[in-house]
Amino acid sequence: MRNLIAAPVILLAVILQSAMISRIYLLSGIADLPLVMLAAWAMQEDVDSSWHWAIAMGLMVGFVSGLPWYVPVMGYIVVVALAQVLQKRVWQAPLLAMFTITFLGTIFINLLSFIVLRIGGTIMPVEDVLGLLILPGLLLNMLLAIPVYAVMRDLARWVYPTLEVE
Amino acid sequence: MALALGGYFSSASNVFTGSLVNLQAWFSTRFVAVQDFLTAPRDMAALQQRNTELEAEVADLQAQVIQLQQEVGETQILAALVDFSRANPENTYRAAAVIGRDPSPFLHYVIINRGSNDGILRGMPVVTDQGLVGRIDAVIADAARVQLITDPASLVNVRLQNAEVEATLGGSVTGDVTLDQIPQDTVLQQGDLVLTSGLGGGYPPDLIIGQVVNVRARDFDLFQQATVQPVVDFNQLQIVLIIVNFKPVDFSPLVPVP
Repeated sequence: MRNLIAAPVILLAVILQSAMISRIYLLSGIADLPLVMLAAWAMQEDVDSSWHWAIAMGLMVGFVSGLPWYVPVMGYIVVVALAQVLQKRVWQAPLLAMFTITFLGTIFINLLSFIVLRIGGTIMPVEDVLGLLILPGLLLNMLLAIPVYAVMRDLARWVYPTLEVE
Repeated sequence: MALALGGYFSSASNVFTGSLVNLQAWFSTRFVAVQDFLTAPRDMAALQQRNTELEAEVADLQAQVIQLQQEVGETQILAALVDFSRANPENTYRAAAVIGRDPSPFLHYVIINRGSNDGILRGMPVVTDQGLVGRIDAVIADAARVQLITDPASLVNVRLQNAEVEATLGGSVTGDVTLDQIPQDTVLQQGDLVLTSGLGGGYPPDLIIGQVVNVRARDFDLFQQATVQPVVDFNQLQIVLIIVNFKPVDFSPLVPVP
């Protein structure tokens, strides 16, 4: 039953991303709310469904986006893998881990998108992509990281209350 | 009495009455101030309540003003689109609202609230009253995804109205659109109008795209390039028109399979 919370949260994340966040530009970069939410969710100790979230969220974003579906799926799986690794190593500094995951995850998913589109024949100058897309998007994701982490931590405590008591 | 009537005391009486008036004024102002201080709490509470009521009323009115301004804006857009469709009766249009954008910053797509249930098919051109927006890239029952002409993968065959030459127009990650494949001997000028040529069958001919703003001609290049200012403001897209009676040409059966 706990896994049912994934459906509304993932839908809400993708709708918010498409309807609102994608319209807020910094140069040509935009924030990636699903990525930040997923990173924050995977950071929570008691959460055991982050892999399912990554696949479901990747498929949803892939469905809405013009990107090939496997790009967000792969990107989000890597984000969860990073979160699992870092959560065990820097567990006493969750915000530091959150920033690290957001940073590395954003870089990875953007580079993956760039490579796949370049292989597909889309011409994009590297300097434009780095300076106008990836770096501004990275900054926006970092700004989102703290409030999203707080919201997802509260959500995790609400969904997994018994484990926290133990 | 005689001295007073004679006017000999006038200066003394002036000084006396002036002092009395000043003294009374001093007492009066102090009394009013004390009275205000003593009666203020009751009035203050009433005023605060009234102020709260008025602030709530102002907030309601402001919300109404914003809603009405939004409705006026939408009505103006719809009126312009109706005028456009009347001025171009050769096409059949279906209006759709823009409800989202692509989640990826690399792609310039918008999502509209019309789909296959409304007769929308892949490849149909999308316009506004100002000019070309893009074309339908993917369709589901009640929504569709539109590839904008600013998308880096978009390529439109165009013609320059003044120069009477054909070229290709491509997008970029930054949203700029650039003309390419312009012959070196073509004389381009700022302000030249760029229209769809209809070549290739992807778009109907003579849809306005924008104006040339900057020309790059280098002797060692095969072709000239030019930057185009689109007539459509892609950041403010709210309502678009889909040309539903246009059938794009599918070249795929003619492409030889390796």
